[in-house]
Amino acid sequence: MSKQEQHWEKTRNLLFITLAIWFVFSIGIFLFGAEMQESSIRPFGYPLTYWFTCQGSLAIFVILIFWFAGRQEKIDDEFGFTEREGEQ
Amino acid sequence: MIKGKFIDNLPKVYGIYTGGFLVFIIIMAIAEQAGMSAKMIGIFFVAFTVLIYALIGWLSRTLQTDAYYVAGRQVPTVFNGMATAADWMSGASFVAMAGGIYFKGYGYMALLVGWTGGYVLVASLLAPYLRKFGCYTVPDFIGTRYGGNLARFSAVIVLTVASFTYVTAQINATGTIASVALDIPFEIAVYVGLASILMCSMLGGMRAVTWTQVAQYIVLIIAYLLPVFWISNNIGAGFFPHFMLADEVARIAELEGQFGFVKNSAADLATVPKGLAGITKPHSSVNATPWAFISLAVCMMAGTASLPHVMMRYFTTPSVRTARRSVGWSLFFIFLLYSSAPMLATLSKISLMDPNLATGIIGKSITEVQALDWYQNWNQAKLMFVSDFNGNGTLELNEFFMKGSAVVLATPEIAGLPYVISGLVAAGGMAAAMSTADGLVLAISNALSHDVYYKIINPKAETAKRLIVARVLLVLIGFAGATIAALEIQGILGSVIWAFDFAMSGLFFPLVLGVWWKRANAPGAVAGMLLGLISGTAYLVWVRSGGSGFLGITQLTFGIVGASVSLVSMIVVSLITAAPDAATQKMVDDVRIPSGKTILGKQH
Repeated sequence: MSKQEQHWEKTRNLLFITLAIWFVFSIGIFLFGAEMQESSIRPFGYPLTYWFTCQGSLAIFVILIFWFAGRQEKIDDEFGFTEREGEQ
Repeated sequence: MIKGKFIDNLPKVYGIYTGGFLVFIIIMAIAEQAGMSAKMIGIFFVAFTVLIYALIGWLSRTLQTDAYYVAGRQVPTVFNGMATAADWMSGASFVAMAGGIYFKGYGYMALLVGWTGGYVLVASLLAPYLRKFGCYTVPDFIGTRYGGNLARFSAVIVLTVASFTYVTAQINATGTIASVALDIPFEIAVYVGLASILMCSMLGGMRAVTWTQVAQYIVLIIAYLLPVFWISNNIGAGFFPHFMLADEVARIAELEGQFGFVKNSAADLATVPKGLAGITKPHSSVNATPWAFISLAVCMMAGTASLPHVMMRYFTTPSVRTARRSVGWSLFFIFLLYSSAPMLATLSKISLMDPNLATGIIGKSITEVQALDWYQNWNQAKLMFVSDFNGNGTLELNEFFMKGSAVVLATPEIAGLPYVISGLVAAGGMAAAMSTADGLVLAISNALSHDVYYKIINPKAETAKRLIVARVLLVLIGFAGATIAALEIQGILGSVIWAFDFAMSGLFFPLVLGVWWKRANAPGAVAGMLLGLISGTAYLVWVRSGGSGFLGITQLTFGIVGASVSLVSMIVVSLITAAPDAATQKMVDDVRIPSGKTILGKQH
């Protein structure tokens, strides 16, 4: 496998992980909205589903993107595909 | 102003700007104490901020194509994040979102999840790759990746349909705010709004829009957060509302149980002015089916990843790496406002509902409520209405009606904040609507000038001529938008949601597969774009004209139909036609690694 193919495979795996986490917090948990609302886990005292819709999922997305960006940068560095200054 | 120096000094420039704006707020507060009328304060706030934006627009004027189309590709990560957040958060987010949450509760919160979750798709599937491509516009990517004018032109069609649907709503919002703040008729205010939008974008294109959007973000976020924190402290709900309103949320649920949701008769409801609504749904409980919630969220997420005015903001960063990080910053700045909207809705509702609070009106006598100053003001502005349906002389929960926008516009006054805050909120709403309208008008006119005029009609056009065409188109699109906005066909929020569905129907899969599926070819992409857009539109028309729909897909989620058709037709047509040539395959390989030259040259 060429260097580029390896790079793309790692990139694709990172995408799958990222989308899996995204799926859980944007779609998955809302399949159980009614059940979660009754949960005894109450972040800051808010009902659980309510908290996810107004803060939880949103904050997780922000963190997820920065995490994803960091990991992708590592992959690019590993294969020497990072851009050099002024190269456009 | 030297460009390089300006970029290096950005934190300082915007630091001074923010400080200056805060000083301006304080001066206005002092003027209010000294007896300046509420109307004058409103005029000062809107006029002052709009003039600043126009000044920035003039300072950023340019005669170079890469500055005009992509701000010279030198916008730093964090500032591009702010600009994207302003570009993104429209008049609807600012004025209508808290109201939507207030009235519809959980079912509406799908929009919050969708409008933020979409950025994960932007960051992981598209933005870095499109930046590597080096395109000026979204159709530029489609046209080069798939090859051929038909693909390029189809992308322009989808872009125009989606963005134009969106922009009329934004010009409408600027008109509404300008007409209230400046006290002029709506039909004129729409054109005042348009003039301010054009001043920000015409001379400097993307460069001017970038630097005004950063300025607009600063105004709109101050205008949103300051009242939320102030109200929360004022009614003793907690100094940091986001972490401290659990008791208020529980109290609202308790009061809802106590008052009950009484259904009004049709005859009673007919006396309520149009556009006003009562509280009929619980505040925090789960009141929508999983499918209703998830389908709406999915549409908003896929739409986010297909709306060209957002995508093109990531063409302006210096590198692929910064484009990726910039998406994170965008979402962070959006999060600041979106996570505050439910708090504002909660504060607004508790202020009105709780009889233990001085501001509570439910359970008071009707005449007492009608004598309140703020009630009279907002009733006159047709944003509030009470009526004693059951004739018992007391105001019941089902007898109080309000327009969604009143949650943002009136809550400061209800909670007893000085008028200067209301002026600030008007300036914030104006900033939100203007920044989005700027981005949209520019997205459409750039696609028409770059993709249709330069790439298809007249590839030999000189730079000067291209930029003149771009500006003429900008003005024309703006006027067309304003003319339609003046007709007031669809409510602000309705047309915003449609725009996402249109974009998703036609562009989501052609964009994503362009990067992630090498086998995708031009006939497939054209089929995906056109059939997706046509089937989505057909479904919308069918449901709007009384059709029953299927699978619980409504006129707000028709993108699911369009995108499904788009995906299937794109794959089928791609597979039955010839694979892309070696050069195209190589191009896709090059897009997938950050290093090396962009596919399209710096100036093209």
